[in-house]
Amino acid sequence: MSYLKPLFRHPKLPKNKLGYTLKEYEGSLSTLCAGCGHDSISAAIVQACFEMSVEPHKVAKISGIGCSSKTPTYFLGNSHGFNSVHGRMPSVATGANMANKDMVYFGVSGDGDSASIGMGQFVHVIRRNLNMVYIVMNNGCYGLTKGQDSATADQGSKSKAGSINPFQAIDLASLAIELGASFVAQSFSGDKQQLVPLIKAAMHHKGFAFLNVVSPCVTFNNNPGSTKSYDYVREHIEATSTLDFVPEMPEIKASYGEGKSTKIALHDGSLLQLNKLETDWDPEDRISAVNALQQARVKHEILTGLLYVNTEWKDLHETLSTHSKPLNKMDESELCPGEENLQAINSGYR
Amino acid sequence: MNKAINDFIVRFANVNGTGSASANYLFAKTIFRMGIPVTPKNIFPSNIQGLPTWYEVRVSEKGYLGRREGIDLMVCVNPQSMAQDVNNVKPGGYFMYDSTKKLPDNYLRDDIHYLGVPMMEMSNQAFSDPRKRQLLKNIIYVGALSKLLNMDVEEIKKLIGEQFEGKAQLIEANMVALKLGIDYVEANFEYPLSFHLERRDLIGDKIIVDGNTACGLGAVYGGATVMAWYPITPSTSVAEAFEHYCKEYRIDPETGAHKFAIIQAEDELAAMGMVIGANWNGARAFTATSGPGVSLMNEFLGLAYFAEVPAVLVDVQRAGPSTGMPTRTQQPDLLLAAYASHGDTKHVLLLPSTPRECFDMTAQSFDLAERLQTPIMVMTDLDLGMNDHISEPFHWTDERKYDRGKVLNTEELEHVGRFGRYLDVDGDGIPYRTYPGTHPTKGSFFTRGTSKDEYAAYTEDGAAYKRNMDRLLKKWETAKKLVPLAQLYQKTKQSDVGILFFGTSQFSAEEAKDLLAEEGTFVDAIRIRAFPFGQEVVDFVESHRVIFVIEQNRDGQMRNMMIMEFGTDPSKLIPVLNYDGMPITADSIKNQITNFLNKEKTQHHELSKTAL
Repeated sequence: MSYLKPLFRHPKLPKNKLGYTLKEYEGSLSTLCAGCGHDSISAAIVQACFEMSVEPHKVAKISGIGCSSKTPTYFLGNSHGFNSVHGRMPSVATGANMANKDMVYFGVSGDGDSASIGMGQFVHVIRRNLNMVYIVMNNGCYGLTKGQDSATADQGSKSKAGSINPFQAIDLASLAIELGASFVAQSFSGDKQQLVPLIKAAMHHKGFAFLNVVSPCVTFNNNPGSTKSYDYVREHIEATSTLDFVPEMPEIKASYGEGKSTKIALHDGSLLQLNKLETDWDPEDRISAVNALQQARVKHEILTGLLYVNTEWKDLHETLSTHSKPLNKMDESELCPGEENLQAINSGYR
Repeated sequence: MNKAINDFIVRFANVNGTGSASANYLFAKTIFRMGIPVTPKNIFPSNIQGLPTWYEVRVSEKGYLGRREGIDLMVCVNPQSMAQDVNNVKPGGYFMYDSTKKLPDNYLRDDIHYLGVPMMEMSNQAFSDPRKRQLLKNIIYVGALSKLLNMDVEEIKKLIGEQFEGKAQLIEANMVALKLGIDYVEANFEYPLSFHLERRDLIGDKIIVDGNTACGLGAVYGGATVMAWYPITPSTSVAEAFEHYCKEYRIDPETGAHKFAIIQAEDELAAMGMVIGANWNGARAFTATSGPGVSLMNEFLGLAYFAEVPAVLVDVQRAGPSTGMPTRTQQPDLLLAAYASHGDTKHVLLLPSTPRECFDMTAQSFDLAERLQTPIMVMTDLDLGMNDHISEPFHWTDERKYDRGKVLNTEELEHVGRFGRYLDVDGDGIPYRTYPGTHPTKGSFFTRGTSKDEYAAYTEDGAAYKRNMDRLLKKWETAKKLVPLAQLYQKTKQSDVGILFFGTSQFSAEEAKDLLAEEGTFVDAIRIRAFPFGQEVVDFVESHRVIFVIEQNRDGQMRNMMIMEFGTDPSKLIPVLNYDGMPITADSIKNQITNFLNKEKTQHHELSKTAL
C-alpha cells in the first residue's frame, strides 16, 4: 500500500526557476525496506529534476518488475508512470519515446530485470541509442522474492543464508560500453554528491544514458561477505572523477590541476566538466573506459563516476528521421493520404 | 473432358527462386484484365531457393473464389516434383512440360494429354545471359498458354510494359520470349484447348491484391504512426506494405521528415512492448505477426487488457502448433488470441475475409483500440495475406475522423475535478485516460499490471480488484455493440439448418451453399466478422436446429468459443473442418455436411424403426 505524503511543507522551501519546490518532484511514500539504497536513488532523481527545473509532467517514468521497478511511484508524482512487465521496460520506453520525442524518459530497472530476464531488451535498446536515462538499481539479488542471487552478484559473494555465489557476474557498465551505449556511468546509492550531477548529465545527454547504481539491499544482501553491502561498497569504491554539470555555457572553474580537467559539450549546449581522479583514462575513448573498468575489477574496486560518453552518435529519432512534431500530436490531416490517393492506389491493383 | 469456358484450374510447378512468381502472376493478372474472376494461390515451401513451389490458378465464370480440387492443366517446369505433378492432373486433363529433356516413360499416363514445349532449349538459343535464360523460360510458357487458353495477348504485352516501365531492353526480351511460346503452339498443337478463356465483364471496378498489402495500407489510412515488428512468415509483408505506403505518403516533401517510425524489434515480445508504450503515450501503434509471435506476446497482451492500453495486432495465421507448417494456411490461433494471457482475459478479434475487409478492419481497429482501450487483433491468414484476391476496391471518405476515444485534454482536466483513471463515469465500462505530458499538475497516473483502485492507486483490496474485473466485463458488453456485425445471407429464416463461417472460408462456404442447393439441400448462412459475438450471432444459433461451423483448424476453435461465450448446446454445433494446410474447398464442405445430414436421416430412420 502506498501512502500519500502530507501535503504540508515549510512555506520557505527554496524554489527553482519554475517556482516549484522539491515537493512538486516527490512521489508517494516509499514502501521499500527502511534503509533501502533504492530510496536514496529516488531522492537523487527528485533532487536532480528539481535543480534542473524540469516540468514534472514532461517526464515519463517507465519500469519493469521488482523492487527497483516499484520506485517510480516514489518520485515525480506529477509525471505519468508505467510499471510494465518484468524485463521489458526498454521496449515500452522505446514505443513511448517514438510516440513523443518531446519528453524526458526515465527507465528504471534492477539487476534481475535488466541482467537476466530483460537482457535481450537491454542490449537492443542500447544498440538503437534511444534517447533516455536508463537506471539500474543494482543490489545483486532478487529482493521481492526474498534474496536469491542475481546475475550481477559477484563470484564468491556470500548470501545472507551463507551460500557462496559460484557464477561469474555480469558487469552491466562494461557491457553497455562494449555494446555502444553513448553515455555510461556508475555510482553508489550512498553517494548523492556524485549521483545527482550524473543524473542531470544523463538527462541532458541526447541518446542512451546508462547509470549502473550499486544499491545495497538492506534486508537480503547487506551481510558480511556480500560484495554489494554498504560496508563493502564504501571500502572498495574508486571514483574516476568528480563531475560538475553545467546547464548553460559556463565559466570555466580554475580550481583543478592543469591536464586533469576535461570539458564535454552536450547537444543542447550544456557542458560536462570532469575533474579526473584517474590517470590514463579518457571518457571519450571506449577502449580506455573498458580498460579502466577491467583494471578496477582486478583490484576488487568499484569504479564510479562518468565512465564513457559519446555525443556524436545519432539517437533513434535521428536514425529514423522522424518529424520534429511528435507523432502523437498528428491528426488525420497529417497522417491520412485521403480519398484521391486511394483511388490511384486502387487503379494500381486493376 | 472439361469443355467449359472460363471454368478450369491451372497449376504451375516451379522451383523456388527461379523468377516464376512474376510470370505466373502475369498469367493470372491477364485473366483478371480479361474481366474474368480468377483466384491464384501460392503453395510454397519454407525455403528461399531450390525447393518445389506451386502456383494454382482457378478461373471461375460464376465468381467462386475459393480453392477447388482437380487440375485441368499442369504446367510443370520442375523435374523434382514431376512424378507427383503428373499424378495430380485430373483424367482428361493436360500436362505441359519442358521437353528440352525427354519425358521419362514412367511419367506417361493414358488418360491425360501431354504438351511438350522445349522451353529451356528455346530460351538458350534466344538469350545469352544465363540469368535471363532462366527468367524468360517462364515467359515462354506464358506465351504458349496464351495460345492454348485463348488469352488476350495485348493485355499480356500491356502488363509486361507496366511491369518493366522504362526498361526497354527487358520489355523487348520479354516480348521475344512471349512470341517464342506463341509460335511454338501455333506450329505444333491444336489450339485453343477444349476449356479456355473468353473475355467477359465480370470484374467491374474490383481490384486484385493480397491481404497483407491491404492491412499495411489500412494502417496508414487508420493513422498508425509507430510500427514495431519481428520478421515472421506469413506476416512480414504487412510491415513491408506499411513502410512502402508510409514512404510514399508520409514523408514531408520539403524536409524529408518521416511521419512514422518503424522498428524491427529484437523479438515479438519487444515488438508488442513498443506497441503498448507508443499507444500509452498517445500514438497509434501496431504490430503484425503470426501464431508463434502471438504466443510470445501473451504476457504483454494481458498487461494491455488489464492496464487498459490500446494496441493493434495483425495475426496472419499459419498452421501450428510450434513452428508447424509456416508456409501453409490455417485458422488455428482463435483461442490463443481470444483468451491470450494468464488470468481472466478476453480480447476483441476482427475477422476479415477479403483484402477490402483487411483494409477496413485494420483502419477500424485503431478506432476500436482507442475507444475500448484494449488490444484489438485482426485475424487474417496466410491464404488471405499472401495470395492475391479479387476484392471490392478500397474505400475512404475525406470526412472521416479518427475516433481517439476517451482522452482528457489540458482544458478538460482543469474542470474534471478528481480524475479517476479507472472510474466508470459513463456507465459503459470505459474510463477516461490522459496522455503523459498533458497537464502540469492534473491527470497524471501510474499505469501498472497490478491491481489498482478507480484512481489508479495500487491496492490489494479484494473488493476493489473485483470491481475492476467486473467493469472490464461491462466494457466487453460495450465492445459487442461496437465491433463489425456478422453478415447474414438471408433476411428471414429459410431453413432449420445453418452454416456459420468466417475469414477465408467464406469463398468455399458460399460455393458449398450453392452446391448444396443444387442437390436440394437449402441452408441459411452467417459469416462472423468479429469476436465478441453480437446478438445477431446468438439469434442465428438459437433459431437453427443444426449449425455447421466451418473452420480451418483441428479442434473447432470457433465452435468452442461459441459454447464458452453463450453456452450453446454443443450437440447442435457440428464442426466442418479442414486442417491440412491448404485452403478449405467447397467440395469438402459440401461432403462433410451431406454426410452428416445423411447419417442423421439414417439414424432417425433407425430410431423410428426401434420405436415401432
